[in-house]
Formats: sequence, C-alpha cells, structure tokens
Amino acid sequence: MSDKEKIDEIAKQRERWEKTTLPKWIGQSPERKSEFRNHSGTLIKRVYTPEDIKDLGYTRDLGFPGEYPFTRGVHATMHRGRLWTMRQFSGYGTAEQTNQRFKYLLKEGETGLSIAFDYPSIRGYDSDHPFSKGEVGICGVTVSSLKDMEVLLNGIPLNKVTTSMTINGPAAMLLAMYMAVGDKQGVPREKLGGTTQNDVLKEFFAQKLIIFPPKPSIKLVTDIIEYCTKHVPRWNPISISGYHIREAGANAVQELAFTLYDGITYVESCLERGMKVDEFAPRLSFFFAAHNDLFEEIAKFRAARRIWAKTMKERFHAKNPRSMWMRMHVQTAGFTLTAQQPLNNITRVTIQALSAVLAGTQSLHTNSFDEALALPSEEAVRIALRTQQIIAHESGVANTIDPLAGSYYVENLTDEMEERTMEYFRKLDDMGGAIPAIEKGFFQKEIADSSYEYQKEVDEKRRILVGVNDYTTEEKQPIKVLRVDPKVEEEQVASLHKLKRERDNRKVNEMLEKLHYVAEKDENLMPTIIDTVKAYATIGEICDVLRKIYGEFKELIVI
Amino acid sequence: MQNQRKIRVLIAKPGLDSHDRGAKILARALRDAGMEVIYTGLKQTPEQIVETALQEDVDVIGLSILSGAHKTLFPMIMELLKQKGLTDVLVVAGGIIPEEDVPEMKKLGIKGIFGPGTRTDEIIQYIFENVPKRI
Amino acid sequence: MRTLPKIQEIARGVLAGDRRSIARAITTIENNSPKAQELITSIFPHTGNAHVIGLTGPPGSGKSTLINKIIREYRRKGKTVGVIAVDPTSPFTGGAFLGDRIRMQELSTDQGVFIRSMATRNYLGGIAKATKNAAKVLDAAGKDIVIVETVGAGQSEVEIIKVAQTIVVLFAPGLGDEIQAIKAGIMEIADIFVVNKADRTNADKAVMDIQAMLQLNNKEKMWKPPLLKTTALTGEGVSQLIEKIEEHRLFLEKEFERKRSREKAEAELVEAIKEKVASSIIEELKREGKLEEFLQKILEKKMDPASIAEKLLNKKFGKQI
Repeated sequence: MSDKEKIDEIAKQRERWEKTTLPKWIGQSPERKSEFRNHSGTLIKRVYTPEDIKDLGYTRDLGFPGEYPFTRGVHATMHRGRLWTMRQFSGYGTAEQTNQRFKYLLKEGETGLSIAFDYPSIRGYDSDHPFSKGEVGICGVTVSSLKDMEVLLNGIPLNKVTTSMTINGPAAMLLAMYMAVGDKQGVPREKLGGTTQNDVLKEFFAQKLIIFPPKPSIKLVTDIIEYCTKHVPRWNPISISGYHIREAGANAVQELAFTLYDGITYVESCLERGMKVDEFAPRLSFFFAAHNDLFEEIAKFRAARRIWAKTMKERFHAKNPRSMWMRMHVQTAGFTLTAQQPLNNITRVTIQALSAVLAGTQSLHTNSFDEALALPSEEAVRIALRTQQIIAHESGVANTIDPLAGSYYVENLTDEMEERTMEYFRKLDDMGGAIPAIEKGFFQKEIADSSYEYQKEVDEKRRILVGVNDYTTEEKQPIKVLRVDPKVEEEQVASLHKLKRERDNRKVNEMLEKLHYVAEKDENLMPTIIDTVKAYATIGEICDVLRKIYGEFKELIVI
Repeated sequence: MQNQRKIRVLIAKPGLDSHDRGAKILARALRDAGMEVIYTGLKQTPEQIVETALQEDVDVIGLSILSGAHKTLFPMIMELLKQKGLTDVLVVAGGIIPEEDVPEMKKLGIKGIFGPGTRTDEIIQYIFENVPKRI
Repeated sequence: MRTLPKIQEIARGVLAGDRRSIARAITTIENNSPKAQELITSIFPHTGNAHVIGLTGPPGSGKSTLINKIIREYRRKGKTVGVIAVDPTSPFTGGAFLGDRIRMQELSTDQGVFIRSMATRNYLGGIAKATKNAAKVLDAAGKDIVIVETVGAGQSEVEIIKVAQTIVVLFAPGLGDEIQAIKAGIMEIADIFVVNKADRTNADKAVMDIQAMLQLNNKEKMWKPPLLKTTALTGEGVSQLIEKIEEHRLFLEKEFERKRSREKAEAELVEAIKEKVASSIIEELKREGKLEEFLQKILEKKMDPASIAEKLLNKKFGKQI
C-alpha cells in the first residue's frame, strides 16, 4: 500500500468512527465545550491522525538534531550532551545583597547567572535622581556605576560563569561594566561569555522601557553587535525577546511572529552597517515565554527554530550552519502566576518548564511561586530551581532528543504556527518593516486586542484560572514575602555620593565630553563607553549625554 | 437639551514601572462602559498626576503600580491632592499591593484597592457605585 | 458629594486664572449644564485676546509630538498656552479614550500651560459649540495662545476646527491614503499646511503631492496657505511654523479680515437664536404633549418639517413671519 492509499484508508476509518462509535459517546455525555480553541485561535481537533501530517517530509521538515532545518534541535546531542543552563533571573536591593543571592543559587546548582536590574538602572537614572525616589533596589539590583558592578560580581569567576543581563536602553554601559570587571579579573575578552538583552524594538510596543527614539536606539544595538562580533566573540550581544511581547498580552503566534520579525530587522540593520551575515548571525540569541498550553508551546519553539533557519538561509543567504541556529532562553510565564493560593504556581511552573525542556531550550528560568506578590524569597527560588533539577534528573525527558516529533498533533500545530507566522511576515514587509509598523501602532493593536480578549474570557469564566475565578477559597494562605529594606535607597545614594567625591572628576568630564563628540560623529560608541565606565562615570551621566543628542521618546498608546 | 454628564476617569502609572497591560485593559473596559478615560502614559510623577486630575476635572483617579514603589509614591500623591483641594475625587488603586500594605493605603484615602485577579466588571461596578455625585 | 461653587465664583476664578476654576468651567460647558450660558455671559467681555490655533492631521502624522514642540517654543517666547485635545466618543458605548495628552505630559506641571481633553460626546453640533466655549474660557483666563487639536477625519472635526482663527493641517510622508481621508472641507479652510517627519526619504514626494493638490484649488484667496516642513522629533522647522502662525494672526487683524470676523459673529448670533427658539418651542410642545403628533405627520408624509416650523412660529410670534 502506498502512502496515499494508507492515508485514504485511515480517512475512511476515521469517518466510520465518527459516524458509528463517536455518536454513542456524545449522545451519552456531550463534550465539555462545543468547540475547543487555544488562545491563538487554533481549533483543536478531537483526535489527530496521519492525515494531519500527510505532507510532512521527515528530511525536509524535521531533519536530524544539529542539521538544517534544525526543527529537532540546534545541537546533535542536545540535553544528552549538556543539560540546559539553569539560569535564574535574580536581583534586589544592593549589589552586596544580590551578590549573596548569586552565590546561594550557584551553590544550590544553578549553572548560569542572570541579573535583574532595578527600574532606575534600567531606565538610565542614577539612584539619586528624582525619578528614583522609592524605586531603588525594589524590583532588581541597583547599579549606578562600575563600583556597584564590581561588588555585584565579587568572588564570581567570569572565566567560568556565563551571565545574562536583562538590560536594553543602557545595555552598552552595563556590558562595558561587565567587561571592565572581567579585565580586572584578568579574564581575556575572548573568554567572556554571557548575554545582553539589548533588544530595543520590543520596548516600543511591549516592555516600554524606552529611552531614545527608534533610530538611535537601533544604532546602539548594532554598535554592540558589531563590537562583540569583533572583540568578545563568546558573548551573545542580543537576546531577541518574545517573553515581554507575550506578557504584554500577545498570543503564542504573535509572540513567535513578532519576535522573529524583530530578529529580521536586526539582521538587516547589521547588514546595512556593512557586516557579513555569517560574521554576526551565529551569536544572535532568542528569549521566549513558556505558557500553560503545553503542546502549543512545544510547537511554538520547534516552529521558531525551523522558521529562523529557513529565514537565515533563504532571506539572508547565510552559508554557515551556525548562522541558522536559533539558540533560546526560556522563562516560564510570569503573567500566569496567581496571588490567590500561591503554592499552585509551583504546578504551573512545572508544566511550563516541561514544555521548554521537551522542545529543546538551551537555557531556562523558572519563576518562584511567590512572584505574583513580590520578588522571590530564598525558599521559593530554591523550589523553582529544584523543579528544573527534578525534570532534568528524575523525569527522563532529557534522555532523548525532541520526543514529540512525529506526534500528529504537535507536528500539525508546528506547521500551522509556521504558516501563520509567515503571513505576519508578509504583512509586516508590506507595511515597510518593523519601524513603520510600530509607528502605525500595528503590534500595539494586535497585543491590545489579544490581551483584552483574554481578560474578557477570564471575566466571563470562558477561561478558568484555578483559584482565581474557580476553585476559590476564602481562607488566605499567608506566605512570607521578600521585602526590600527601605534603607537600601539611603545606603545606595550615600555610596553614590561618596563615589562621586572620590573619583577623578576631571577624567570623568573629559570622557563624557569625548562621548558627546563621538556620538555626534555617528561612530561605534562601545570603545568610548568602556573607557567612560572605567573612569567611574555613572549610568545616569552617560545616558544624559546621549539624551541630549538623541532626544527622549514616548510610546504610542493603543488600547 | 439634556445634561451631557459623563464619568471622567484618570488612569495613571506613577513612577518607573512599565507594566501597562492591566491599565490599558481597564481603560478600554471603562470606555466600553461609557466613561471618559484620560490615560497619562508611563513614568508619571505625583505632581504630573495631580495636575492632570485637576485640569481634566476628573471624578475618579485610578493608580496602577506593580513595582512596589507605592509605599513612597501613594502618600506623595494623596498629600498633593489634599493641597490642591481635590479631596472629593474617588481614588482607587490596582497592581501589586501586598495585603499588609492595604490598611495603610486605605488610611491615606485610597478607597478601593484591586489586586491581581480582580474582574474588570468588579472595578466598573465599584466606580458606578462610589463615584461622588456632583451637585 | 462634590459641591460646586456658584457659577459666578467659577467665573471670577477663571478671570483670575485659577486653574481649578478653569477646569470646572470647562466641565460645566461640556456637560451642557443649564449654568453654562450664565458662565459664558460672565466671561464673554474678557475674551478676544487669545490667538486660537486649530491643528488637525491623520493618526501617525506626529501631531502630539509637534504640539509638544509648539508649546515649548511659545513658552520660550514667554507666552502662556491652553490646549484643547478633542477625541471621538464611541457611538456604541458613549465612552471615550482620551490619550492625546500623553506626549504633552511633561508640560502639565508648567503653570503657564493648561491642557484639557474633550470627547465629542456625539450630540448634534454640541462639540463645536463646547470647544468654542472652552476656548473662550482659556482666553478669558488669560492664555495668549489656545490650541485646538483634533484628528482630521469626519464632518464634526471640520466644525470643531473652524472655531480656530488659524487652521494648521498636518501631513506625514507615507500615509498615502490618509491624505484622501482628510475631508475636503478641511483642505478648503486650512491656513497653513505642514509636512511633518520631513527627515524621511519620501518627505519631498509628499511635499510635491500636496503642492499639486493645492494648485488645483484655484480659489482667489487673500492669504495663500504656505506649505512648511517640520521634524517634530527634533524640533526642526517649529520656529518657522510659529512665525507663519504669527504672520497669519497679523493678517487677520487687517481690514478685509474684519469683514470675515463680522460674518463669523453674525453666524454665531444666528446659531444662538436658532438654538434658543428651537429648544423653547420643542420644550413647549413636549409640555403640551403635542410633539408626537407633529412627528407622526412628518413620518406619514402628511406635512413637511418647514411647514410645521412656519405654523409654529406664526402661532408664537403672530403673523410677522
């Protein structure tokens, strides 16, 4: 029997089943809903059969791990060779406190660092700026200068540990500080490993931590990619992010499409700069969310790898297979955490983490159960880490590569997500690219509609959130949450003022003037920023110079 | 000619917190409930928020904050409202405000506090029932 | 309970420049409260000093960013500014999202700037009148400049923008179809055209397109509307725009423009009379329970509205009509 005959036979059998066996069951008890859809709008079938993957070609569409189109994984051995990096996003209070938290997590088995900065640092303000009042150290660690970074990384060998920094507008400054600490430790630049998020596009329509207007923002991103490609080859200069897009309210298909399109935009920007695609593409990395719908998330990650590989090959003519790799970091979805019955979040995070592992992520952060209320306590973050370790060592899922391949459901879903993403690509190309789309409010409207729809579903109980709109309980489960000592701000401001008194202010002013000059000339700013940072200029001082030249920017609001 | 009175609501994001998903959803829901919603955008100082409330002559102020900075910013906002004579405006808050902070916030004069998981129609209902009547 | 001061107190506050009074006055006006007329009567003698500028343009033209820069420029020159930002009320829900002040927010705490958002509220002719009167309030409060901002689509937006003395119409390159979307009514009454985002590569084409459109408009005009270029993000071209606005203001003060002002005043008087007469007659019909009867006659095509009006007016004023 040929393949087509097999499929026809199965189709016939399925029709028979639908006409004879199925009605008896539905007659006795109807299905829970008249139709099942996931949040991206995909209609979920009752049962998937070989019919649903009849056009799937193993070699063409799946391939083997480590080979084009990389659907099954970017490395040939994946988690059998090396488990994903367990990298918990951390930071609160002073650099000293966070340094302790880093050491604790490394001791408990995390295998990579990830720094969460406080709002003032992320937005380019020093701890003594009027905007920083009440905000210092409460959402992340406060870093105003190289001195803080030195304390933050004290005792951490940068030649052995890789560090991810969630920083966008001031990414160049924080990267420069990291490199300066590496220099002091005597670690050669070629050995420094880690990631800077450095993805400004998604700021304009999702995370909203905007400092400068679009054009200069992209210029800074490209400066960092260009510099690292030449001088810090093990560093991932950018982490093209979908996490924030998803958290802002996008569905899985939108997360996938918008993230990858941002990636396309960055590649174009680097090419315009004169770089060759195979020079910089291997170090482009990605960052996604892992949500509750287990199979949709797995399909999303697989589709992401395949689409990116095809895009790099066909759209950008990359020749080096490494240019086609999509290496990703995943974080379990913060938005799904509930304040009600917080221990339930451990279960949610487990399912979400499982989707990322089954889909072959390179790096994973699991949220702590108390994060709907506060930053993670020590106990909560330990449980989050243990969740990853249990999946890694007790569940067996990491012992084979891409186990869901061949699943009629998952492969069908992967294909559909790829198709819908390509549709978005066409639409965005027609609009003239990501920037015109941002100006027109395209992404913002898609996200606003999706998030509004989700909220309506929850309000109307068409979507159940356990403990929130169903299975509620009156009794509160009081848990001890982390509170940042208000004295942190006082201490930090005092320390900052001490630094400003004791450093060589003449040198600082000289460097800031040089920065102004170089920024106006449109050169790569990294070398100058490194020197400026080494003179102990602060983030605020450096950002103020750039604010004067580039101007500031406000997001377009679409509800 | 009928009186064209509408409920005017100011939705504000004080401080550096950039999470606006909830604020925007609420703005849309309030508009769909027939209210006029003035949204300030992100990164508002207490002064900007109070000035805006004054110029727009709003009936309700909704403060949205998830960063934890409410402990510093809310007292500043409530004090400024008092100074400007805007004590008759209904002030509500939402976002991430730990249980243990709620009594303190209520003492400042913030009447309704809506934590994570609140239904939008609950907030709308609350506003309809508690918006001060103008005479 | 929100106790409002007496109207006279609010009016006094407006004339003294008290910001709370200004806000309350505008609320009284936009609510079409019965006291609104009394308020306008009180402040009317103190109006006529402000220069009212209308600014309209399609979404994406950078209007709010441009207004931000315009206000800053006026403030640098020592002028005080009032802004009325008008947004549409949803015809389905009666609510509105008023987001125009987002890009002007840093200016809210400048005591020389007053920004107010207004929704169209969809009652016939209402917003134009409300905007006009809100502008009068800002004028009476001592603002040198009043900017009325709206999106340039829809017939009511044309009516709104007409309350201004100098009308500025904004475009941006690449918006293509949107240029067509701007009602012809606005193109006719514009005093200054601006192409924003002039740093874009397709800006020059946009300038040429608009110039072509202007050539087609062959009306004999005493004031030939100029076409300016701005880049609102950087502020480039803004001071030239202000200069042109000032030029237009001086032009308006000359002889032949007094005629236009006279015509405007007469039109306003006619409007006011129409409204008063109509509402008083309709109220009376309602009180006498006769309104339904006349409405039925119209629906059944037994009598046309003009004949009914004549009949009612003859009854009210005797046979002089």
